[in-house]
Amino acid sequence: MHANRWHRYVSRLWLGGVFLFFYMPLMFLVVFSFNSTRQDSQFTGFSLRWYQALGQDTRLVEGFLLSLNVALLSATLATVLATLAAYALIRFGAFKGRSLFNAMLSSPLVMPEVIIGLSLLLLFVGMERWVGWPGRGATTIVLGHALLGMAYATVVIQSRLKEMDRSIEEAALDLGCRPYQVFFLVTLPNISQALVAAWLLTFTLSFDDVVISEFLSGPGVTTLPQVIFSYARRGVNPSIYAAATLLMAVVSLAVVFYGVHTSRKMRREAYRPLD
Amino acid sequence: MRRGRLMVMGVPWFWLLLFFAVPFFILLRISVTDMGEQLNPFAPLVDVQAGHFSLRLKFSHYVSLFLDPDSGWGQTLYIESYLLSLRYAFLTTCLCLFFGYPFAYFLARSPSNIRPLLLLLVMLPFWTSFLLRVYAWKGLLADAGLINNLMLAVGLINEPLQLLYNDVSMLVGMTYVYLPFMVLPLYANLVKLDLRLLEAAQDLGATPWKTFWLVTVPMSRAGIVAGSILVFIPCLGEFVIPSLLGGAENIMIGRVVWDEMFSSNNWPRASALSIVLILGVVIPLAWFNQRLARKVEEESS
Repeated sequence: MHANRWHRYVSRLWLGGVFLFFYMPLMFLVVFSFNSTRQDSQFTGFSLRWYQALGQDTRLVEGFLLSLNVALLSATLATVLATLAAYALIRFGAFKGRSLFNAMLSSPLVMPEVIIGLSLLLLFVGMERWVGWPGRGATTIVLGHALLGMAYATVVIQSRLKEMDRSIEEAALDLGCRPYQVFFLVTLPNISQALVAAWLLTFTLSFDDVVISEFLSGPGVTTLPQVIFSYARRGVNPSIYAAATLLMAVVSLAVVFYGVHTSRKMRREAYRPLD
Repeated sequence: MRRGRLMVMGVPWFWLLLFFAVPFFILLRISVTDMGEQLNPFAPLVDVQAGHFSLRLKFSHYVSLFLDPDSGWGQTLYIESYLLSLRYAFLTTCLCLFFGYPFAYFLARSPSNIRPLLLLLVMLPFWTSFLLRVYAWKGLLADAGLINNLMLAVGLINEPLQLLYNDVSMLVGMTYVYLPFMVLPLYANLVKLDLRLLEAAQDLGATPWKTFWLVTVPMSRAGIVAGSILVFIPCLGEFVIPSLLGGAENIMIGRVVWDEMFSSNNWPRASALSIVLILGVVIPLAWFNQRLARKVEEESS
């Protein structure tokens, strides 16, 4: 009994301590985004001036729009590629070169980002010499992010495909569906949740990435994290705190919305009469 | 069927070869290129003169990583920053394991009705910019920052401690960023642990402490290794944290590669640095991880 109570104390203390560690910087960002002066050690009074400054900062706004575009494109590209790759890995059995395929696919997961950035930069410089495409800029960033995102997306999609019931695909084939019809009408709808999860994951990876973008961006092309990175190296800029707070607000809202949606759905399903 | 299969396979194959395999070979190729007078990183490797071929490979980029003409073998800045990076990666992994293991353990044992909420709270910071979270530590750890002020107020210290731009800020920043990468695989592993094993150990007279070390920890070996690798490797090449929270002497290998590439314009040396990192650390670790995963799989089946 004694050991049990002790266990509970330590458990709460440890969980609380680590959560405090996780959330302290976030709270700091929120609080100081409303500070009335540039100071980041003392709260001198409430103001919204940094939020006003945010809207007028064209570099931040342009960076945000570019990041949004890059993330949309690279997440879509990565998810499509990852779906094909995961399908090949799970459904095609032991094809020729499977282990090489698998190794190349998962390598970006264990490769320092600096090396991915550098080797892709060398490739793009080489390609530009030989075929004149692509010049460094938004395109190269999208390709780089898609390479990284594909590795993560494949893990997500692969695990869903593995547990999917194969017999419904076979049933569709027996009933006369062509293989591509089975893929689009049976397989894809069945793994749609994993596809959404993979897309969201790669979207955030891209939206957050700074290292690969730093290597692959060209003159005049800067994503939001790159703008923030250059501000951050120069010193304190509470506009960044304001940007962070807005971002957190959006994410929390999305999470709450998603949570309410899924719990409602689960409740609906729980009460559905058995058929 | 045949054609569909070819298309499904062909697209990712082409993509991976073009954007993963080819860049690796270009990296290898440039690392042995003699740039010559024109400083051309794509200078030809093969010379054709008067009908016979000769190879023009230059390995001095590799040699110069390890040999300093003045102070001898192993005394270069490159070796220093490799060792520094390994040190930070190792210390961060230890810290993440120390704080993350009990955290994941208690998380896995928490009441199942609040567990999804707690997990969500672990992942939520992931969704806000990593850069901004690191940046916030700059304010928290400053001389007049919140942490120093708190410790002063409590009376723990009499004057502000230097917490920023040194080992403290580096390790805090890296642990902060990579702790979830340790917690999530550990949690996934610990939550599957068969509780009957723990009961059995206790019935056989083991103390809770002994049960923990002799049953729980060995059973979660795969999670420990997976988490450690997920923390260790990205830490090794970390680029953002040292430039925001590190001091002038905290130059890690990622920064050195960047400087060689963009400040010194020495592409071959930047490539050689990356190749050494891949061959020396990344591949051995990945291999070790795969072997262990296979072993664990065999044991469980």
